[in-house]
Amino acid sequence: MTMRPPPEEPEDSAPPDVPFFRTWGGVYWFTFAVFVAVVGALTLFTRAFA
Amino acid sequence: MNVIDWLVLLGTILGIVGYGTWRTRHTDNLNTYLKGNRSTKWGTIGLSVMATQASTITYLSLPGVASENGIAFIQNYFGLPLALIVVCAVFLPIYRKLGVYTAYEYLGQRFDQKTRLLGAGLFVLQRGLQAGITIYAPAIILATVLGWRLDLTIICTGLLAIVYTVTGGSAAVNLTQKWQMAVIFGGMVTAFVVLVTKLPSDALHIAGAMGKLQAVDFTPDPKLRYTVWTGILGGFFLSLSYFGTDQSQVQRYIGGARLREGRLGLMFNAVLKIPMQFFIVILGALLFVFYQLQPNTPVLFNQVQWQQQAAGPQGATFRAIEEKHAALHADKQAKIRAWVAAHDSGDTKAEATARAALTAAQKASLTVRNEARDTLQAADPAAKKTKDSDYVFISFILTQLPHGVIGLLLAVMFSSALSSKAGELNALGTTSTIDLWRHFRPLAAHDEARNVRVAKWLTALWGLFAIGFALFVSFAENLIEALNIVASIFYPALLGVFVVAFFLKHVQGSAVFWAAIAAQIVVLAIFFFGKAYPAWEIGYLWLNPIGCAACVLFSLGLQVLLGDRTEKNI
Repeated sequence: MTMRPPPEEPEDSAPPDVPFFRTWGGVYWFTFAVFVAVVGALTLFTRAFA
Repeated sequence: MNVIDWLVLLGTILGIVGYGTWRTRHTDNLNTYLKGNRSTKWGTIGLSVMATQASTITYLSLPGVASENGIAFIQNYFGLPLALIVVCAVFLPIYRKLGVYTAYEYLGQRFDQKTRLLGAGLFVLQRGLQAGITIYAPAIILATVLGWRLDLTIICTGLLAIVYTVTGGSAAVNLTQKWQMAVIFGGMVTAFVVLVTKLPSDALHIAGAMGKLQAVDFTPDPKLRYTVWTGILGGFFLSLSYFGTDQSQVQRYIGGARLREGRLGLMFNAVLKIPMQFFIVILGALLFVFYQLQPNTPVLFNQVQWQQQAAGPQGATFRAIEEKHAALHADKQAKIRAWVAAHDSGDTKAEATARAALTAAQKASLTVRNEARDTLQAADPAAKKTKDSDYVFISFILTQLPHGVIGLLLAVMFSSALSSKAGELNALGTTSTIDLWRHFRPLAAHDEARNVRVAKWLTALWGLFAIGFALFVSFAENLIEALNIVASIFYPALLGVFVVAFFLKHVQGSAVFWAAIAAQIVVLAIFFFGKAYPAWEIGYLWLNPIGCAACVLFSLGLQVLLGDRTEKNI
């Protein structure tokens, strides 16, 4: 009986297959930019209401 | 609750459990049982990761915490997106490349068996005990408010989670979590919309004037629990250890057809987690405003236990507190109206004066609430098991929402309990099978059917243990806090082991094993020193970077001392 399938294909360097992004680095930078924007928005929210 | 609520509640919960069990009833392939279907897409993985992290406490207690203490808690999540980027870029590709079932299996391949057992043992110890609390914490609140029997609530919730987790493993957990999250989103948005329709247009300004909307705080003071800095640095290390090394999360994203699915599922959480938590804490802040404007806001929201004592021999004391609170509440409402008028007039001086008067009225009201809490706990020690903030949102649900929606919101609470519980059981069953049982039965590793059977049995046993522990916890009220502390101080050293594994290729097993133990002692020493000398106590999130850094530094030092001697597996 076989125990487990063979290790995955070398997929680390495969493109993300996401519109507008050619590399995973681009996806990570986008996520980081969203994070900065959210913290910025929360800072403005605090200044407006607190 | 009426018949409609019961139909919605039971229909939703049993429907999802039944669907998940039926769809995955023929799962007999070990890979599918432990990692989920190969066809799982990133959306399902993303929701599954989110559902495992957010337990009932997130939806039931967090609005109450925000109602009482404001929305600063949101900063705890600031390190999460950054940690998920690291998990995507470093952790996940290695787990996938090696084809491991558990994070600790990787430690065995990278270091040795004793380090693997250390990681698996720490996980099983802390998660096994936590699994009981995952059921107990919401059950005690719901049982108190709804008049249900606590033991039956715990047993029924636990058995439901066991049924489908044992039947379909990861495949069932992923499938049900997707639908449970749909129920959770639908219910929470419905409650939010109903709440907003009951509030005046300047509700956010009132919440802000009463100090509930301080979302970010840039003060560089390590003793403050919630600041941007503790959130980013402490939250980063906490999230990195939870998402990168806790099997209950690793198991959610290592499956899927391609690496892409796991990565996008994690990025889904990195982008949406802070907005989702913001939505929950804002709900809490608005609940606070709602109850400020209500004429008959109770002095405590745990009205079941309060009324029981008010009808008893100490009734006069309880009624005196109620009257004092009612007078202060009316005065506070007048101060709110005065502040709104001053704010609308644009007169900054009058607005500042009105705000100061409102703050004083709020402080006086809080003093009476504290007196009420102390009086209730003195009269009924069982009231110490929960915090009054736990009852804020459930009180709103039961008294302000229409029938049908009440059932939906209770389905939200049980869905979140089941989804986080199932993720935990699934991970405990997997780790016990792969890292512990196989360690002592290496020859049986080649019998796939036997592995699936053992994984099912161990998952069921962990489920029964969790139920038993939850029933036991109800008799030991101080145990929960102790266990929460233990869980949070075990993470840092374990993360340090993984950081060494990924980034310091020359460090070997013995060095990191003893470094992890030494780092754990350092974390415990700092923690207990802070408890003994509160002036030196630091925010608990700081223990994560300290413990991790200690493990890394000790590993480097020990590696120099031990040299490149041949590592032997135990």
